[in-house]
Amino acid sequence: MGLDIRWPIGLMFTLIGVLLVGYGAVQGASATVQVAGSSLNMDLCWGLVLLVFGAAMLLGASLGGKQPPSA
Amino acid sequence: MQPIALHLIDYTILIAYVGFVLGIGWALSRYMKSSSDFLTSARSIPTWVTGLAFISANLGALELVGMAASGAKYGIATAHFYWVGAIPAMIFLAVFMMPFYYGSKARSVPEYLKMRFDERVRALNSLAFAVMTIFASGISINALAKLLTNLLPWQLNLSLGMLHLGSYDCYLWICSGVVLLYVLKGGLTSAIYTEVLQFFMIVLGFAPVVYLGMKDVGGWHAMNQTLQGVAMNPSSDYLQAPGIHYSANAWTSAWRPLLEGSAHNPMGVDLFAMVFGLGFVLSFGYWCTNFLVVQRAMAAKNMTAARNTPLVAALPKMLFPFLVIVPGMIAAALMAMPEKNYRIPPPIVSAARYDAAVADVRKADPAQIPDACKAISADLGLNVDQVRIGLLIQANAQARLTDDDIRKGLYDGIAVNDYDSVILSLVRKYCPPGLLGLALTALLASFMSGMAGNVTAFNTVFTYDLYQAYMARNKSDHHYFWVSKIATVGGILLSIAAAYFASMFYNAMDIIQLVFGFVNAPLFATFLLGMFWRRTTGTGAFYGLFGGIGASALFHAVTTVRDNLGPNHEALNKMKGGYLGVHGVFPSEMAQNFWLATFAFLVCLTLTLVISLATKRTKSDEELKGLVYSLTPREVDPNQPVWQRPAVMGLVLLAGCVLLNWIFW
Repeated sequence: MGLDIRWPIGLMFTLIGVLLVGYGAVQGASATVQVAGSSLNMDLCWGLVLLVFGAAMLLGASLGGKQPPSA
Repeated sequence: MQPIALHLIDYTILIAYVGFVLGIGWALSRYMKSSSDFLTSARSIPTWVTGLAFISANLGALELVGMAASGAKYGIATAHFYWVGAIPAMIFLAVFMMPFYYGSKARSVPEYLKMRFDERVRALNSLAFAVMTIFASGISINALAKLLTNLLPWQLNLSLGMLHLGSYDCYLWICSGVVLLYVLKGGLTSAIYTEVLQFFMIVLGFAPVVYLGMKDVGGWHAMNQTLQGVAMNPSSDYLQAPGIHYSANAWTSAWRPLLEGSAHNPMGVDLFAMVFGLGFVLSFGYWCTNFLVVQRAMAAKNMTAARNTPLVAALPKMLFPFLVIVPGMIAAALMAMPEKNYRIPPPIVSAARYDAAVADVRKADPAQIPDACKAISADLGLNVDQVRIGLLIQANAQARLTDDDIRKGLYDGIAVNDYDSVILSLVRKYCPPGLLGLALTALLASFMSGMAGNVTAFNTVFTYDLYQAYMARNKSDHHYFWVSKIATVGGILLSIAAAYFASMFYNAMDIIQLVFGFVNAPLFATFLLGMFWRRTTGTGAFYGLFGGIGASALFHAVTTVRDNLGPNHEALNKMKGGYLGVHGVFPSEMAQNFWLATFAFLVCLTLTLVISLATKRTKSDEELKGLVYSLTPREVDPNQPVWQRPAVMGLVLLAGCVLLNWIFW
């Protein structure tokens, strides 16, 4: 089918990643989770993970019709 | 359930997801030109996509919620539903069965049955399947509408003339509308693509919850140590009635408690029922014959891709227990750590009932705790923990507590867990705004794709196996293309009706699931004989299947579970079986279910064998070529490297699965 699914996946997770990173950076305290004595800005950290994942999908899609190795 | 406070960022993520899903449907719509594009994706999709859709179609939100619930209730042994109850069957499908499904050019599982046997077997299978998909889709969308009604703060009220719609109705119609739009635009491809999107949403949406929960309990080792204490006294977590004790490894070892017998593990299951009942009959019956999942593999672009689809799916499937079962184990461990101030939520109790119980705590006599507990238990309509309620009454007698403190004490003292709310309670505990939106979107995504998956399977079976086969043969493809679109709208409307049905009659859904359990239990015997024994006849298959279904209904009618036994050896709740007398008692419903499947399978197998031998073959060897194992030439692609062959990949995956079982032995 003509549409490469990696485009929408990549775009969506890049967008959500940017949103989370932005929110985590701006909000600071309210994006922070306290567990087991350490505090983590989860929105910022996980937003970065989503951003990397989204970018990898976009890269895969833009490198052309080749499918990932599992195909 | 308290509404969750959602922020703008959470809504933005939710809306962005819905936007992308609709966008995919819209982008695909220009490729939809024939019934085959719409219903079978014209067999054009790459393996990794069909592979992820293959597991996603099965990984609905109900599975997500249910597996976390079982993780808390039964511990790591729940992983048997993956390592025993899925992986071997998926590998078998890839290596042995896919060549017939894909190679026969059948467009659906019922159509394969028609080619192999006759119209009767196809009619039986397609009718049962069509009804089942509608109800499955209805259950999914009902659960989603209920979840949104409970979670979102808005009270929606819409009056359309005579029609009055509340929040539940609005969410039900809006979500169904979204699913309708993207399935109608992009057909099966749309459903498959959004399933892949959902796969990543679930993994990336729930991984942080698991990570934070695991960090909170102090890591894997600390969690296991706490769970060992829980296993020795499960009533402390309200996991079992007081007085039941297991060995320390009951929540943390997958096999050892099973080997000790059904009285020694919380599932109440013995080794044979687990390996044969779940691992063979139920698992192969589901993964190898259910068109909902098989359809994903049949949409692959060529035979190799079709055979590799379940193999690609098997790898993440094997690791899913860490994402979906471990949260339940974390919840059980957290509950046993008083300083964490967490409990698995009790069933929802109305404010009026809490008020009555608060009043009873206030007037209770600290010297008469058992009587007071009885009254409080009657107020709440649920069993309470005497020790905790006793402490609450004493604390209130010493220093008058506020109403809110008493309510909190009552909440903690209800000795019943609502396991289905485990996953949401963890999301609520750990997710800050943003991550919360992501996790809720993952849930929403899987509920919606649960509906989409079932509707796309329904419209294919309706169009090809019911409409084209029995109502209007030999029409143009354009005609069937339109019928398939109408079937999609009809499927959605029927699902909405099923959702209302499920929301109105609490028991109705249990009965339906029970009946479909009966229908599915014997199915694999028919396929096994059909694919591997050329002598199997249509008459044998048809009556064998009927006999198997009857056998499971009968089995259920004369057996029940131990905690459902009344004082005169009668079944109390007839839904749990035994309404024609109790001739067998099982330690748990799971054990009853596994043995029922085993019995139905053996009856179907025997009947099909005997009747086939007694009846004349109607199909020649030539006609069965490509449909039966021994009559089909093996397809070996000489250009394919050895390590990429399905059998070789299957063996590697099987070894991985054995390794996991060994690690968690």
